[in-house]
Amino acid sequence: MSGKNRTVADIMAVCQEMFEDLNFTYARKWKDAKPGRKVVGFLPVYSPIEMIHAAGCLPLGIFGGGDQMEVIHGDAYYQSYICRIPRSTIELGVTNRLDFVDGMIFPFVCDVIRNLSGIWKLMFPNVWSKFFDTPQNYDKSIGGTYYIQELHELKEGLEAMTGRKISDADIQRSIGLYNENRRLIREVYAFRAKQPWLAPTSEVYVLMRAGLMMDVEEHNQMLKDYMAAAAKEDRPKRDNVRISIYGSFCEQPPLNLIKSIEMAGCYVVDDDYSLNNRFLMVDVPTSGDPLEALATTYIENSVETSCKYVPDGKVKGQFHVDAVKACGAEGVIYATPSFCDPALLDRPMVCNKLSEAGIPYIAFKYAENSGQMQPIREQAGTFADSIKLWS
Amino acid sequence: MSKPEAIKEASMEMQKAMIARNYDAITSKHETGRKVSSTFVPGNLNELLMCFDIVNNLPEINAIQAGMRKASGGYIMEAEKSGHSEDVCTYVKADIGQMSKGNIAPNGKPYPNPDVLMLSYTGCYTFMKWFELLREEYKCPTLMLHVPYEGDGHSTKNMRDYIVKQLKEVVIPGLEQVSGVKFDIDRLRQYLRNSAKAEDNLVWCLEQGKNKPSPIDAYFGGVYYIGPIFTAFRGTEDAVTYYEMLRKEVQGRVENHQGPLTPEGTYFNDQKYRLIVEGPPNWTNFREFWKMFYDEGAIVVASSYTKVGGLYDQGFRHDPDNPLESLADYCLGCYTNLNLPTRVDLLAKYVEEYEADGLLINSIKSCNSFSAGQLMIMKEVERRTGRPGAFIETDLVDPRYFSAANVKNRLESYFQMIEQKRRGGGSKTVAA
Repeated sequence: MSGKNRTVADIMAVCQEMFEDLNFTYARKWKDAKPGRKVVGFLPVYSPIEMIHAAGCLPLGIFGGGDQMEVIHGDAYYQSYICRIPRSTIELGVTNRLDFVDGMIFPFVCDVIRNLSGIWKLMFPNVWSKFFDTPQNYDKSIGGTYYIQELHELKEGLEAMTGRKISDADIQRSIGLYNENRRLIREVYAFRAKQPWLAPTSEVYVLMRAGLMMDVEEHNQMLKDYMAAAAKEDRPKRDNVRISIYGSFCEQPPLNLIKSIEMAGCYVVDDDYSLNNRFLMVDVPTSGDPLEALATTYIENSVETSCKYVPDGKVKGQFHVDAVKACGAEGVIYATPSFCDPALLDRPMVCNKLSEAGIPYIAFKYAENSGQMQPIREQAGTFADSIKLWS
Repeated sequence: MSKPEAIKEASMEMQKAMIARNYDAITSKHETGRKVSSTFVPGNLNELLMCFDIVNNLPEINAIQAGMRKASGGYIMEAEKSGHSEDVCTYVKADIGQMSKGNIAPNGKPYPNPDVLMLSYTGCYTFMKWFELLREEYKCPTLMLHVPYEGDGHSTKNMRDYIVKQLKEVVIPGLEQVSGVKFDIDRLRQYLRNSAKAEDNLVWCLEQGKNKPSPIDAYFGGVYYIGPIFTAFRGTEDAVTYYEMLRKEVQGRVENHQGPLTPEGTYFNDQKYRLIVEGPPNWTNFREFWKMFYDEGAIVVASSYTKVGGLYDQGFRHDPDNPLESLADYCLGCYTNLNLPTRVDLLAKYVEEYEADGLLINSIKSCNSFSAGQLMIMKEVERRTGRPGAFIETDLVDPRYFSAANVKNRLESYFQMIEQKRRGGGSKTVAA
């Protein structure tokens, strides 16, 4: 069902089901619907999923196992001091939940996800897998040139896996669809920032997560439907504080954590959850060489996040300050997964920059299976109160 | 009672003097006018820095020094008090904590601020953040050299071209600007020639671990053997001389059927167990850790840590005829820049070629680059070689994560496992 008649509850029912479904029924059905279809999984934080789409495959966002899956085998692969997403991803693999997935892309995030790409090669030698290293040099003639060639190699890998050539027109068409997806997502984020009581983050979050597991055109329609339906909702505006959440770009928090923050009196008006669909901040050109277009957009107009090097030290963290100002947040919750090197090493730098800009913040850690929400509610509630009383 | 002084060989004394001279060069920069860079061990561009008369300071090595001098624990806690997470790399926190405690070098003089942060970003994500953090402190130029990871098990022309382009357009012009010295590629060629000579002798020494008894300990002794090449001396005449001296010492032990010298001054000849070790050592309890091995008759015949600054034993040499390309290949080929299947291949090969009893992994809490995936590595190497593996956990320089009793227990269990395997005919190895 799509169109004007869909209510928020209808849309959320679909998204919630997909979000909770660790058997990936949607993707399995999509694959079975036509002979020869293939599914390619990708991990956080950024992969050019236009390329997967252009290859005729379904890009499937893999965000670990969440809080509903018991990890039994995965713990045998990782020491206690390593974050949870790789172990639950392994669990998904060894329990055959990903047995229909034909390829996996492990983008550069950190050493843990990087090494997971090698584990995947060892454990699932018949699955095409690719470690995708984006440039840390942001000069178009250096990092850009390197990246274009990496995209060529990605394209060749996908072609070899699917057995079909990918034309420039295929990529341009996919770029066009994902441009629309990004535009609509920016609209949803702007809608939420403007009227957060109409679009709570516990909804927006699953809407985004579902989008990274479904056909992009279907998601585009869903985003439109959601905004139309949410605007009609009769939801009271509460005396909440407006906060941004950063540091949560890779391993995702349990949905209950987001709900707990909201219940504690916070409207989340910006976040870096499941960032892949907002990584490129502007439309990618749909004319000219599509690989060059993707590379240039990445080099010149992608978000600042902890897995990227910031060449100019003076502006380190400024991206977050600007984002806070743009969405009108009154404070920041820097919420990171335990043992997350990128977010935790960045934390002092980003938080210092927030302090310099007079933006209050708190920081805490979570795991995707965190169960105790009372401390989170207390911290977030105290933070909200402190903003109300003293900011 | 104070700990007895470790007995050192002539090469160790020479290296100690080289290190002392380098610390003096670093701490006297204001008097000499020399520029100082901070940089990392993997992907270390020492020859290139020498072309600009820049002194090489390595924060990883400083953290190790602090660890061995029992100072790192305090530094780490100082960094944690200032907001650095208990979860992240202890090298970083030792370095940052040291700054707030006066930043004193091992020669007792304060470290000067570096003139440039040479961010040779090879094989370890943390390097990037470490120098972003230091950049905030020192406000000096940072030159990033991004070395792509060999995710598919090999380097590509694109990776190499990317590195060379960064060297030509970012690193060399940046170093020229910092130093005021014009780049001379012939000077680089000469240094690379020296590097290759030293590398030949290092490889010869490391390969003597195939002897029985092994004349080297490729882990605890190995960290001394790799010292000059991995740090501020690759490309120098001193390093060439050091490796000639080391080779003579090792040759002498081969001829006399001797094992390596332990810190207690005895030759470790009674070698019962031959091990391959994966992962860095613990530095806060280095001698205690080493003693647990030789007390039980365990010798390390090859290790991956001695490849973290270059895989010379697999054929790589710095090449004066292709200087920049050679630096690129060097950076790409450092151990932690290799993907897991390649690491498994290498370790399994070591088990076979060095006729080891098995693979022991020292898993380091701080170091995800090494540690993430090591349990899989152990399983794979066990499966391929049929030799038992074992897993211990320590940290680099955080003394809170060294549990001597726990480590000793696990080692003893491992040696019992090897004995059982031998009795069952599973291991081909017969102790010397």
